[in-house]
Amino acid sequence: MGKRQKQKFNLRISSVTENLEIIRDFISRIALKGGFDSENADQVALAVDEACTNVIKHAHHHDARRMIDINVFLLNDRIRIDVTDTGKGFDPKNLSEPNLAKYAQEARHGGLGIHLMRSLMDEVHYDFKTGKKNRVSLVKYLNKQNA
Amino acid sequence: MSGFSVSRNDDANISKLYLSGFLDAHTVPKFEEALQSCLNDEQYNIIVNLKDLDYISSAGLGVFMGFIEEIRESGGDIKLTNLSNKVHKVFDLLGFPALFEIYDNENEANQKFTSG
Repeated sequence: MGKRQKQKFNLRISSVTENLEIIRDFISRIALKGGFDSENADQVALAVDEACTNVIKHAHHHDARRMIDINVFLLNDRIRIDVTDTGKGFDPKNLSEPNLAKYAQEARHGGLGIHLMRSLMDEVHYDFKTGKKNRVSLVKYLNKQNA
Repeated sequence: MSGFSVSRNDDANISKLYLSGFLDAHTVPKFEEALQSCLNDEQYNIIVNLKDLDYISSAGLGVFMGFIEEIRESGGDIKLTNLSNKVHKVFDLLGFPALFEIYDNENEANQKFTSG
């Protein structure tokens, strides 16, 4: 496998759900460029949609003046996407594993999205600095692509 | 823009909703309105045909969860049909097949309503 330079792509976009489609297209194209097949590129785009939806709803409260920063890194063996907001963080460590009876309640608080992110990606990391920036990092490896 | 649309077709006491396009946090209100209109008309047997649905995020799945309790309490159900592999995968990841009946086509869902 030949080494390749790390490539970085940035998108800074207004924090509104209307932009989710643009965000998905942006992510999907980069994932394809990085060697993911279309199914896996779609999965990465869905995970980023979930991360951004949580930011728009729970951190920025649909305030269109606030911005989401999306930084994408294409590395030799993986793609990493950092989604950064400037709102109050939501700590997913307080969220338990899926419980069907609690789904309806969790759905209102972004719980389904966090479970999806964990399922679709190989790694999900959170970095909370209350009152400052909160960041979720999503990682997917090329060699773990589902057949 | 690709967007999202939903259309409704009532067949006796069964309402059929046809979803098309991209169902995400931006487009869910249209789907919620369609389901609410069924409830307002006291139509509780609902088939949601996903043949032309290209994309669903957890926001879309949350709509099903938000309505199912009330619909089942009223003696009805939401049955899903014609899921693409891509959409089915998302349902699978969240364990939805344990919560909702999923059929290959409308006929099967129809029969379940009429025989059940």
